[in-house]
Amino acid sequence: MAGTTPKGTGGMFAASSNVAFKKQLNKIYAWYTGGFIAFVLVLAVAEQMGLSRAWIGYLFLAATVLLYAGIGVMSRTSDPAEYYVAGRRVPALYNGMATGADWMSAASFIGMAGTLYLTGYGGLAFIMGWTGGYCLVALFLAPYLRKFGQFTIPDFLGARYEGNLCRFLGIIAAILCSFTYVVAQIYGVGLITTRLAGIPFELGIFLGLGGILVCSFLGGMRAVTWTQVAQYIILIIAYLVPVIWLSIVQTSFPIPQLIYGYQLEKVTAKEEVLLKDPKELQVRAIYQERADVFAAKLKDIPAALVADKADAEKKVADLKAANAPADQVQAAEKALASVPADATKAKEVWTKAKAANEAGTKPLAGMPRQAQQFAGDPNGDDKARIAFDTSRRNFLALIFCLMVGTAALPHILMRYYTTPSVKQARESVSWSLFFIFLLYFTAPALAVLVKYQVFNVLVGTPFDQLPAWIGQWAKVDAALLSVVDINKDGILQLGEMKIGGDIIVLATPEIAGLPYVISGMVAAGGLAAALSTADGLLLTIANALSHDLYYKMINPNAPAATRVLISKILLVIVALAAAYVAAQKPADILFLVSAAFSFAAAAFFPALVLGIFWKRATKWGAAAGMIGGLGITFYYMATTQPWLRSVFNVTAPVELWWGILPISAGIFGIPLGFALIFVVSYFTSAPNKEIQILIDHVRYPTLRGDIDTAGT
Amino acid sequence: MELTEQHRIYWQKNLRITSILLAIWFIVTYVVGFFARDLNFTFFGWPFSYWVAAQGAQAIYVLIIVYYAHYMNNLDKEYGCAEVEED
Repeated sequence: MAGTTPKGTGGMFAASSNVAFKKQLNKIYAWYTGGFIAFVLVLAVAEQMGLSRAWIGYLFLAATVLLYAGIGVMSRTSDPAEYYVAGRRVPALYNGMATGADWMSAASFIGMAGTLYLTGYGGLAFIMGWTGGYCLVALFLAPYLRKFGQFTIPDFLGARYEGNLCRFLGIIAAILCSFTYVVAQIYGVGLITTRLAGIPFELGIFLGLGGILVCSFLGGMRAVTWTQVAQYIILIIAYLVPVIWLSIVQTSFPIPQLIYGYQLEKVTAKEEVLLKDPKELQVRAIYQERADVFAAKLKDIPAALVADKADAEKKVADLKAANAPADQVQAAEKALASVPADATKAKEVWTKAKAANEAGTKPLAGMPRQAQQFAGDPNGDDKARIAFDTSRRNFLALIFCLMVGTAALPHILMRYYTTPSVKQARESVSWSLFFIFLLYFTAPALAVLVKYQVFNVLVGTPFDQLPAWIGQWAKVDAALLSVVDINKDGILQLGEMKIGGDIIVLATPEIAGLPYVISGMVAAGGLAAALSTADGLLLTIANALSHDLYYKMINPNAPAATRVLISKILLVIVALAAAYVAAQKPADILFLVSAAFSFAAAAFFPALVLGIFWKRATKWGAAAGMIGGLGITFYYMATTQPWLRSVFNVTAPVELWWGILPISAGIFGIPLGFALIFVVSYFTSAPNKEIQILIDHVRYPTLRGDIDTAGT
Repeated sequence: MELTEQHRIYWQKNLRITSILLAIWFIVTYVVGFFARDLNFTFFGWPFSYWVAAQGAQAIYVLIIVYYAHYMNNLDKEYGCAEVEED
């Protein structure tokens, strides 16, 4: 397909030859980057001249969403090759950028540095897992899928494993993992627009959705690709600027990634001090007392309930009798009303309160030491040894699941269909990982620098002198940030501050003392990250339904225009369904995202890799492997993860296999998938001659007398 | 579409480089990860295994992929498997 004359209607992204096209792209995106920086500078000046924070928020939101919609309008198309794979002429560098934005979701942009802040070394599993997976993409999948060159991942499964069985399994798995993932992105869009412009959550979701839909509805993969490049540029600038600033403030050196090792040493030294600090110990002791009170109540719930109720009633009566001020009486009445109604309710409320207070008794506000590898101690007693082994096993298992999942997520693999050639597909993986690397090797630096700032600037500050951003964030959501003077000494201890991972990145500009315009820019970056991933995921789902299910399985005679039209209609339906689910604010959304990796890894990876590297793999083997891998992963999660247990009404006690946490359930599914494909393939007859030819076709970039599988 | 001896060598070489790079990937990720507590010596301020997980491994992943693309693109030319690109 290389060099095919583009048939699209949009003028901006249509060009005659690949070289001229690339030159034109360089020019467009250079102007675009300059324009974005100028926009931020103008707003910065306007802020100094008195532009309000609300307006900065509106302007960032409006400008970026309109920009993405504008790119969608300019690259509108109804040609299938343009709609599904952007005409297969996205140069390696730009496909790399688009993949970077496609890949880095709200979780990467907003959540990851927070996870690293809260869990230290343990969080690095995400950093390694989400980058190392690209080695598997490059070595096992991208070049071969590009040579095969159709439109979707189920396409490959259908062709390689003769028929609709594996294609259908692929469709189900693709929808399962993409839908959970897209719900999380739209949820992130809602959070950011709420914070950025102060509009209600549901409205924020639909505004963001509007931007996504104009873009992918009109132009499909083509529009999404060029929007994702634009979004990557915004998100990387937004991520790097505050960290560089923070680095200059703390170390007077502008490359945080090189210097933060020394900051980490200081953080480690400070942890030592905080662990022994008498005030910290005092706060922890108070939490312990409170937890003990609830533990005592839980021992005899009916009696405690009666006593609590009597106490509260007595207090109200006393206050009324003493003619106390109305607000005191109201407070006492409120306390009376909040006494649990019955024993079941009391058990629930008190167990929660006990757990919350017990969390406060942990050293360093429950955070493991930043630089410490794994919990426990290999040279300690039995308990410490087991803790160490389990922690290490889970760390490695999580890396493995995230890596293999990365190499199996359909919305990422699909991107490698869009390059002009196999050669460029290989190079494109390098660029993808490079652009992802830029953000991922900054996130741990950000976490350490913020921790240094919290330990050295915030902790020990009198409560009445705390910076303003603490109060503002606490108002947005107390679950994200709360400070309470537990030991009533008027000074903030680390144990008195509860911070949610999700605000670390969004609050960094304020922590570093930057003007508000940078906060707006960071929020716009988070929005870009969430929207770009949502775009790619929605396309994957809509294409799986329209191209694979409708065109390939139900109506193979459908004309091209009908297929694209159906895809567009499905896109809107899927987007609305995802927005509807996101608006319910499902509880365990972060778990669902991680679960998507285990599902994708177990369902796709063995079948795809053996399909290319093992000619003997048969249809029945692949089907067994996909069902078995996905099945055991699902079973393990459903029986061990609290939220899924409640959904499926599982009451049997939790039984962890080798102490592996449910998030890494794929560790069982992936080997089982491989094993089943091997065994079942040996007992079924070998694939026919045509399949052998197909495999040779994908293995060699060119072959004499080669067949052509590229989709049109 | 008959496969020649050349094609077989091409595929063997591809498998060889894939295994070598995969072994490096494995060592950097899992062997260093497994012995993380022991590889604790200070490296420009970081504990070494922390630095590998936070930066070193990612840099090596990028190098693995860049090297593979470079190697395979040359191999394509050498064994007559390269595509004709219309630039």
